[in-house]
Amino acid sequence: MNVVVCAKLVPTGTPTLGPDHLVVRSGTDAALDPGDEYGLELALQLTEQHGGDVTVVSMGPDEAGQAIQRALAMGASRGVLVSDPSLRGADALVTARVLAAAIGMYPFDLVVAGVESTDGYTGTVPVTVAEILGIASVTAVRRLEPSDAGARIERMTERGYDVYECPLPAVVTVTAGSVEPRFPSLKGIMQAKQKPVDRPSLQDLGSRDLTATQTVTAVTDAPTKAGGEVVQGDEAVGRIVELLAEAKVI
Amino acid sequence: MAGAWVFAEITRDGPHPAAFELLAHARSFDDDPTAIALGQGATEAAAELGAHGAATVYACDDPVFAEHPGRPAAHVLAGLIEAEAPDVVLFAQTYDSRDVAGRLQGSIGSALMGNATSIADPRHARAEIFGGTKIVDVELAGPAPTLILLRPKSIAAEPTGGTARVVPLEADVPEDIRGARIVERHEESASGPRLEDAKVVLAGGRGLGGPDAFAMLDELASVIGGAAVGASRAAVDAGWVPYSYQIGQTGKTVKPDVYLAAGISGALQHVVGMKGAKRIVAINKDADAPLLAMADLGVVGDLFQVLPALTEEIRRRKGS
Ligand SMILES: Cc1cc2nc3c(=O)[nH]c(=O)nc-3n(C[C@H](O)[C@H](O)[C@H](O)COP(=O)(O)OP(=O)(O)OC[C@H]3O[C@@H](n4cnc5c(N)ncnc54)[C@H](O)[C@@H]3O)c2cc1C
Repeated sequence: MNVVVCAKLVPTGTPTLGPDHLVVRSGTDAALDPGDEYGLELALQLTEQHGGDVTVVSMGPDEAGQAIQRALAMGASRGVLVSDPSLRGADALVTARVLAAAIGMYPFDLVVAGVESTDGYTGTVPVTVAEILGIASVTAVRRLEPSDAGARIERMTERGYDVYECPLPAVVTVTAGSVEPRFPSLKGIMQAKQKPVDRPSLQDLGSRDLTATQTVTAVTDAPTKAGGEVVQGDEAVGRIVELLAEAKVI
Repeated sequence: MAGAWVFAEITRDGPHPAAFELLAHARSFDDDPTAIALGQGATEAAAELGAHGAATVYACDDPVFAEHPGRPAAHVLAGLIEAEAPDVVLFAQTYDSRDVAGRLQGSIGSALMGNATSIADPRHARAEIFGGTKIVDVELAGPAPTLILLRPKSIAAEPTGGTARVVPLEADVPEDIRGARIVERHEESASGPRLEDAKVVLAGGRGLGGPDAFAMLDELASVIGGAAVGASRAAVDAGWVPYSYQIGQTGKTVKPDVYLAAGISGALQHVVGMKGAKRIVAINKDADAPLLAMADLGVVGDLFQVLPALTEEIRRRKGS
């Protein structure tokens, strides 16, 4: 089973916005989105058990190469980085179009992504990619095994989980906590440097219509909630009871 | 006037409560919004949707929407959009609605905005980003309709007492685009009030140390009466409680009268799901925990002492 994993470089810590209202990407600390590591781990386990290769695809600034290196060090065999200055400020649709075009250049049975990115958390790009590629998708996945029909997949729901039969190829998003992402070994880190990283241009991808459809017109600080009183030890129980009584819930 | 549509998610218990909030959002700029209800129970849901302001409800009760989540709904919506040309379609920021919106964007190429908290008109909406620390105003371009996902509980539902005109829809979904199919469902039986509806929410985090300590919260909930128990993601990821307990960015949004957190540090992604609570109580042994700084009442102490003592005290008061 060949798997393509989508990976994003995200700022570590609280991100900041520049004067153009876009997230400051260069010169700030950034790393592979921790939310992507679960999907990557699942992909590595699948290929270790059933054969095949893991390719990691990222769209982002040149620094996104770091996120790819991390994924290669964890065990992916190939990286693909789509980086172009015109993509700065790309919205969900542009991102999905670019990723779909890049993924389409490689053989795959499964595309794996995180449920949502840690910095933007819109959470729609993977299904949009699936729609553009014209294939099935299941989101919020916590388990996946190959089956006669393609894959047997467990998807988290508000009340428990549903089991799906899913034809392949398909796109899935993997929830945090579903697997335990491995740490790259020293050997893995060394080997990663030798692994291929392709850098297709937008022309290579033949992507059309990459104009972002969203513009931020104003940014303000959200009102912060001021704290109230802080109590310790013996006083605590009495004060909580008073507060519950004031709220008329006891 | 702006043609506003609301995608009313149909669950096994009827319309998702967020659908009524979406109608309130829609009515802030369109007096006669349209709701689209797809799935078993859709036609029945039309009455409630009408009572919350939907002037028209397109309804289809076909089981295909529940069996194959996402793709068939997006397909039917795309066809309807082509025929009726609305200006905007509103979705709830839930896993299921989000999948429909994402699919739809792939097929019609419209702008999609996530995590919106309010909407001024079909091309202008507002969102909270970076865990709710910044507010951004966003302008949307591209072909109509725009697709806007609104965070649940960002506005209150408003009954209007209206009646909707119901337009039955055919589900014309080709076999080859149905995609993944549900073959089994597993549900935990829920007792007590829904987390989203409870007046009092008691939430436990990593500080509880294991699944057994959640019994302390259950007991406190039953002594208070009508309280629901929730959790931080750390407690959910550790497998101590099911995902349905999770509060925050990737879980539920709650706005109770009282939110009491025990052993939760107050990460941005948690806070975004509970900061709308009227009163916040936080119990933490670390005086520097961020949640203590925003709580109306912060308790610096060991939850293993405070919680049982609190339960005992409330029981004593109620008993006398
Ligand atoms: C993309 C993304 C989405 C996320 N979504 C969510 C989400 O929806 N919801 C969510 O909650 N998190 C979410 N998180 C995770 C979030 O960042 C935090 O990791 C998580 O909220 C921490 O949970 P916690 O407060 O229980 O654990 P910790 O941060 O470990 O805090 C435990 C606290 O317990 C206190 N404590 C320990 N023992 C005791 C004791 N005996 N008595 C009193 N206090 C004690 C400690 O002092 C500490 O403050 C998300 C993260 C990412 C990256």
